[in-house]
Amino acid sequence: MLRTQKLGEADRIITILTRRNGRIRAVARGVRKTSSRIGARLEPFNHVDVQLYEGKSLDNVSQVETIDPIGGKIAGDYAKWTAGTVMLETAERLTSEEREPTVQQYALLVSGLRSMAGDEHAPTLILDAYLLRSLAVAGFSPSFDECARCGQPGPHKAFNIQAGGMMCPGCRPPGSAAPSPMTVALLGALLSGDWDTADQAAQRERTEASGLVAAFLQWHIERGLRSLPLVDRTWTNHAHVQNL
Amino acid sequence: MYEGAVQELIDELGRLPGVGPKSAQRIAFHLLAADQADVQRLVDALHHVKERVSFCQTCGNIAESEQCRICTDPKRDASVLCVVEEPKDVVAIERTREFRGRYHVLGGSINPIEGVGPEDLRIRELLGRLSDGSILEVILATDPNLEGEATATYLARTISPLGVSVSRLASGLPVGGDLEYADEVTLGRAFEGRRRIESG
Ligand SMILES: [Zn+2]
Ligand SMILES: [Zn+2]
Repeated sequence: MLRTQKLGEADRIITILTRRNGRIRAVARGVRKTSSRIGARLEPFNHVDVQLYEGKSLDNVSQVETIDPIGGKIAGDYAKWTAGTVMLETAERLTSEEREPTVQQYALLVSGLRSMAGDEHAPTLILDAYLLRSLAVAGFSPSFDECARCGQPGPHKAFNIQAGGMMCPGCRPPGSAAPSPMTVALLGALLSGDWDTADQAAQRERTEASGLVAAFLQWHIERGLRSLPLVDRTWTNHAHVQNL
Repeated sequence: MYEGAVQELIDELGRLPGVGPKSAQRIAFHLLAADQADVQRLVDALHHVKERVSFCQTCGNIAESEQCRICTDPKRDASVLCVVEEPKDVVAIERTREFRGRYHVLGGSINPIEGVGPEDLRIRELLGRLSDGSILEVILATDPNLEGEATATYLARTISPLGVSVSRLASGLPVGGDLEYADEVTLGRAFEGRRRIESG
């Protein structure tokens, strides 16, 4: 479940990401009435098994079974909920309504949200890892080691969003960022799934990495994401201040 | 398509929530056939609601003057505040007759994917009301759906450090619905069984 929107008096339009049929919008009738049993199942984040039947313009929801009620586990924690919402919006933007299989995006989202609900890592780390990997699946794989232009093995010092990652001294355009080597190591770990390294990263590197991931994401996704500026980073900001 | 004035009316009616093109057409022809006096009453009602009714400066509820009836009623308990999303939720809770305190209407719920953050709701006004220490208890009665739950989580975290007791409506309410659709008995019970949220 990616998104719900109110429709008329008691209905909702739901947006779901499916493994085999891409992103689908459908109408769920009467689910805002508190007597509706399936309303609770059709909440964002939930991993569900949905049956649809063909409608006039949009399909209609006929049956819903819960696989994993992730929404309830996330909504009680504001940091998880705001970070998780960015994952939902990203999944929506990186997939199409063309009824094509989206196996990789689907698997990334489900495992990312499960990891968030299960407290496996800090919410912002899970978010950044998800963003890097879903962008990579969409064809925008950043390079955190060899030069993004000529392939010369790293480590390099300069990072350039437009060029797609780290740049060697010969290729580096003026105005490239120069993140700390620890931050670059963290970004590489998040992209490859090296959680031992990622979990040990200090707050300074986490904050810098989040900034670069956000910039990279905004560069590749038109019009940006509405939910990204609303991610709750108070805990991290707080820890950051203490480190100073 | 119809002649100018009729089509204009159908278009306007069609912009109302829950009114599709078919209904808009049916209402338009009903009005066309109706007595002049009946139509005039509807016109007056529409005029009056825009002229006389605005939002209470204190709580954000619908009001016919600067403050709403509930905020100016001396019999209401000024030490308890019930936080809801919309004015229609005030109506739903008033129907239960379980609550004798006052309200605070947020104007919606936090909804990041639609670009609605805490700054876009009347949360600063809420914190302002809590700052003088006269309010001892806040009951969070946001919708029993995910955005409502997350909004309550955010509010509890923000309010608890102020030393105000915070509780959330009991979970007897079915999840996924709108508060306004809860029947009086269920909603009343939810008030009785509200649970305290510990700060942390
Ligand atoms: Zn190079
Ligand atoms: Zn008022």
